[in-house]
Amino acid sequence: MTETNVRAAEYIQRDWTAHPPAYTPGYKTSVLRSPKNALISLQNSLSEITGPVFSSDELGPLDHDLIMNYAKTGLPIGERIIVHGFVRDEHGRPVKNALVEVWQANAGGRYRHKKDQYIAPIDPNFGGCGRMLTDANGYYYYRTIKPGPYPWRNKVNDWRPAHIHYSLSGDGIAQRLITQMYFEGDPLIPTCPILRSIPNEEAIRALIAPQDTQAFIALDSRAYRFDITLRGARATLFENRVVGAQS
Amino acid sequence: MTQSLLNNVSTLKETASQTAGPYVHIGLAPKEAGFDIFEKNFTNVLAKPGTAGERITIEGRVIDGSGTPVRDVLLELWQANAAGRYNHPADTQNKPLDPDFRGWGRACSDFETGLYRFDTVKPGAVEGRNGRLMAPHVNLWIVARGINIGLSTRMYFSDETDANSKDPVLNLIEWEVRRKTLIGQREQRGTQVVYTFDIRLQGEGETVFFDI
Repeated sequence: MTETNVRAAEYIQRDWTAHPPAYTPGYKTSVLRSPKNALISLQNSLSEITGPVFSSDELGPLDHDLIMNYAKTGLPIGERIIVHGFVRDEHGRPVKNALVEVWQANAGGRYRHKKDQYIAPIDPNFGGCGRMLTDANGYYYYRTIKPGPYPWRNKVNDWRPAHIHYSLSGDGIAQRLITQMYFEGDPLIPTCPILRSIPNEEAIRALIAPQDTQAFIALDSRAYRFDITLRGARATLFENRVVGAQS
Repeated sequence: MTQSLLNNVSTLKETASQTAGPYVHIGLAPKEAGFDIFEKNFTNVLAKPGTAGERITIEGRVIDGSGTPVRDVLLELWQANAAGRYNHPADTQNKPLDPDFRGWGRACSDFETGLYRFDTVKPGAVEGRNGRLMAPHVNLWIVARGINIGLSTRMYFSDETDANSKDPVLNLIEWEVRRKTLIGQREQRGTQVVYTFDIRLQGEGETVFFDI
């Protein structure tokens, strides 16, 4: 067998037991937004194994620094933290050049968004979003302010644990993922209806970032470690098509 | 034989999905959230002045199980260029790349009307599995508050009846009546070609979504 027989990789079938189902009545908004029909399973074609390739010249020098990227008159208020980790695939291989986009509430639990009406104030020096590309080892890092928990309309007294939203674009659109990172020790975690939409405790634990004392910056910032796993690719080693035969 | 003698190949588990939430715009389209932070922003305009191909607009609404438009949805579109090639190293088809076309964009539904829109070019047909040609299509990914894991679908083109009837993916859908949920309807509006593609999340006429 020669190298030319190795074609672009397709992805291993998704393990749906690690994800929340579409319909999770404890999270009320999902009730009318969840498809009732079974998904149609596709074997990957070029349409799924490809996806946009991003380059560093599309990002600005402060895009991964949420402490500085919206600082207007001073520094934002709150606990200074670094968040870092590796983006890997299911085989443990680094996902290089993945676009990582993050967004979050400020230290008081308020989002800079025209639809957020929570009483906690907007921080004039905090935007709440950042983005970066993973390096050759799949590593990413950014600096931010630890977000605050906040109430939301689900049941009348539901509160979200502190969290940072993540969006990941890997090599192919089949790897596209949005998730949320939580903070070790947050007492709101066990009752969160959105976290509880995931039926699998191991999968929930993987969303909780431990404090990473070795990565603290002395007299400056604490650190949290959050590793992410995207779907793994497999090589399609053999073709079934007979050359010259009608397809 | 005891269960404990079954060995498993060890792999990592894919990180669990969580909803994009109501404020997805902050991270993925901050101008839509109401502020300006990044110098360069990703947009819903895929076609540049120099892009080859027929200029088209894809427009529609995402509709929930009560028939109400979802007004806080974010969509991403990924497509081949007019020659039918994806701008990605894994696509080695013998067709030209277009230096003026990435083939990817991101759109938000309007907070009042729920309409989303992409300005792009009509893609060419791409080779599918085992050499079978797929009809021209765009790939869409939909996230919003209340959607626990991003939904993947495709839009095909109403003026490609013949290619659509042979498409290996459309033909995989057992229920013919459901295939039409994936067809964008072409219409001429003045000088503009618009394909209308409404996405129904639930209930009558529910759009076909794929496990890709």
